[in-house]
Amino acid sequence: MSHPLIRAACLATCLAAPGVAPAYTVYVTNEKDNTVSVLDSDTLEVTATFDGGQRPRGITISPDGASLFVCASDDDTVRVFDTATLKQTHTLPSGPDPELLVLHPSGNPLYIANEDDNLVTVVDVETHTVLAEIPVGVEPEGVGISPDGKTLVNTSETTNMAHFIDTETFQIYENILVDQRPRFAQFTDDGTRLYVSSEIGGTVTVIDPAVPETIHKITFEIPGLSPEAIQPVGVRTTADGKTVFVALGPANRVAVINGDTFEVEDYLLVGQRVWQMAFTPDEKYLFTTNGNSNDVSIVDVAKMKVIKSVQVGRQPWGVAVSPN
Amino acid sequence: MRTVLNRSRNGVCRLLFTFLLASLGGGAAQIATAQDKQTIHSVVLRVDAPRPKPISRLDLPPADLGFAGGALATEDNQTTGRFLGQDFVTTNIAVPPEQALEALETALADGARYVVVLADGPMVVQLADAAGDRALVLNARAPDDDLRNANCRANLLHIAPSRAMLADALAQFLIWKKWPRWFLIEGSHPEDTAMADAYRRAARKFGGKLAEERVFEDTGGSRRTDTGHVQVQKQIPVFTQRASKHDVVIAADEADVFAAYLPYHTWEARPVAGSAGLRPTTWHPAQEAWGATQFQRRFEKLNGRFLRPEDYQVWLALRVLSEGATRTGSDQPDVLSEYILGDDFEIAAFKGEKLTFRPWNGQIRQPILLVGSRVLVSVSPQDEYLHRVSKLDTLGYDEPESACDLGR
Repeated sequence: MSHPLIRAACLATCLAAPGVAPAYTVYVTNEKDNTVSVLDSDTLEVTATFDGGQRPRGITISPDGASLFVCASDDDTVRVFDTATLKQTHTLPSGPDPELLVLHPSGNPLYIANEDDNLVTVVDVETHTVLAEIPVGVEPEGVGISPDGKTLVNTSETTNMAHFIDTETFQIYENILVDQRPRFAQFTDDGTRLYVSSEIGGTVTVIDPAVPETIHKITFEIPGLSPEAIQPVGVRTTADGKTVFVALGPANRVAVINGDTFEVEDYLLVGQRVWQMAFTPDEKYLFTTNGNSNDVSIVDVAKMKVIKSVQVGRQPWGVAVSPN
Repeated sequence: MRTVLNRSRNGVCRLLFTFLLASLGGGAAQIATAQDKQTIHSVVLRVDAPRPKPISRLDLPPADLGFAGGALATEDNQTTGRFLGQDFVTTNIAVPPEQALEALETALADGARYVVVLADGPMVVQLADAAGDRALVLNARAPDDDLRNANCRANLLHIAPSRAMLADALAQFLIWKKWPRWFLIEGSHPEDTAMADAYRRAARKFGGKLAEERVFEDTGGSRRTDTGHVQVQKQIPVFTQRASKHDVVIAADEADVFAAYLPYHTWEARPVAGSAGLRPTTWHPAQEAWGATQFQRRFEKLNGRFLRPEDYQVWLALRVLSEGATRTGSDQPDVLSEYILGDDFEIAAFKGEKLTFRPWNGQIRQPILLVGSRVLVSVSPQDEYLHRVSKLDTLGYDEPESACDLGR
């Protein structure tokens, strides 16, 4: 959720109020509670909770911050909420069991992974219509979009590939094999690197998307933990691409990786079964969802420290932060 | 060994490069050119020995038992294969035991190089020996521990868990629950004795105590009668009375003669585990953890019924072969076998962690589900059991105690 437009908006906010830390709004889907928790990034408290539909998982926000998109997996739909009122405005046709989604950097269209049908569905968020259904590998999950919006990358969990899709023709133009059960795909803001996490393989594949080809494979080692417990899922990169955060699932840690050398520099202890993460636009904080401890951990990015855990609903899954 | 692996890796690179060239034209369903195309030809051979009907009609075997799992695996494999120029072909054969060897010869003559076998232990060994170096055989049903020990074979991989793995999985949970005193009831068939032996071994291994042991004789007769429950309600309490103090009743009844009658009928109010009640198994249709819901739905959409353990094991066997073929870029059994048993192999199979093989006996390491009738109860290995290599090796025969000598 950290593409250039959002950053531009942040920049404007920051300039408008020099010296004052801007307050953003953080939205967390609670898979078990069927709710979305709302947090204030200034007070770090939960300010509201609203109904998110059946089994809410993937979540993202429009570049202008006005609309929130939530995959209501058991409703087979994407619910759209007005962030001013926290009321649902409409739903979008998503195909069955939507799990993760990503918006085009311009805010339209929306790309949704449908695990059940081996499809990526492309939906126009203005007209609420399906623009395309792209057949991909078995159990598509992660969707990442290049900053220029030209390439969509989808990961398929059983086929173990990253599929490179041309967003104009909706055709796959390249496939790269990665390790077992790829969950998430994340471009750097300059578009020169793509990180794909493999949950069961326990690795993160670093891809040069221009070629595209694999240039490195990041592995993890944590004293006292069995290798099987290290299961990378969510990935976020700082705007300068120099630091990469990887959520390690049941290892209960977020790995901090040097974006130039790909060396793991630190492991930050967070809550249990950490899956997804989101920065505040100023990159002051990183929020992590911890599914088995029902909380979010808040990382102070400058200090590289976990400063607080905040209880949300049951089984928190996805997280998105307002751009302003 | 390394050389072969490296060579096969280059094969993958060549394949990817070929695919890259082929895919420049654009399009989702890219197919490599004919001369690049490899075919991984597998046969699923199910040997149907005559058996009495099950006690519960819910356990009646569907006609496509095992094959249905193979059908889903072949679809999954073809999806990957279409991106890489590999073709996965699966043939299903169901035969009585006396025709099994002939069916194997026919399949090998048709070009199959991989044989997934659903049969009892002795038949699996017979088929593996008959296949020799002409095919790689994958055991998807037989739980016999001797197939993983003294009677092991170099061309045989075990996808089904052994009895020792199943017994250890249950034992870990019972000890974790602090239910160490067991009342073991075994059937009178050889497979029941073998399963009971596995529970005795698990008791020694994890600190369980066999408070009482009894044998339930199979006296023959039909498995079900109208109003049969009237007699069961009298017989089982009598059979289980005056047992030494125990925490749990464990049934070893692979022949399916009595275990299903134990819950609610035992003399003492004790939970039942083993062949009824809390059962160790590879799969259950209610399993939803680790993305399994999508897997269940895909299977149900394709086959119109719930996924059974035999289906899961055949699915896993064919997925293992596909993973070997995809990563090595080869369709040759010796190349795949070496890769599958090597350090680099891993496969995701909806069990929350990667599955790998024990190179010393060809057994796949896997978590074992402990299931009730409606939902998943627990998954073993339990967190508290540690191991220097893999927690999964706390289940079944570990390398130092293995009697399998393949010279690996």
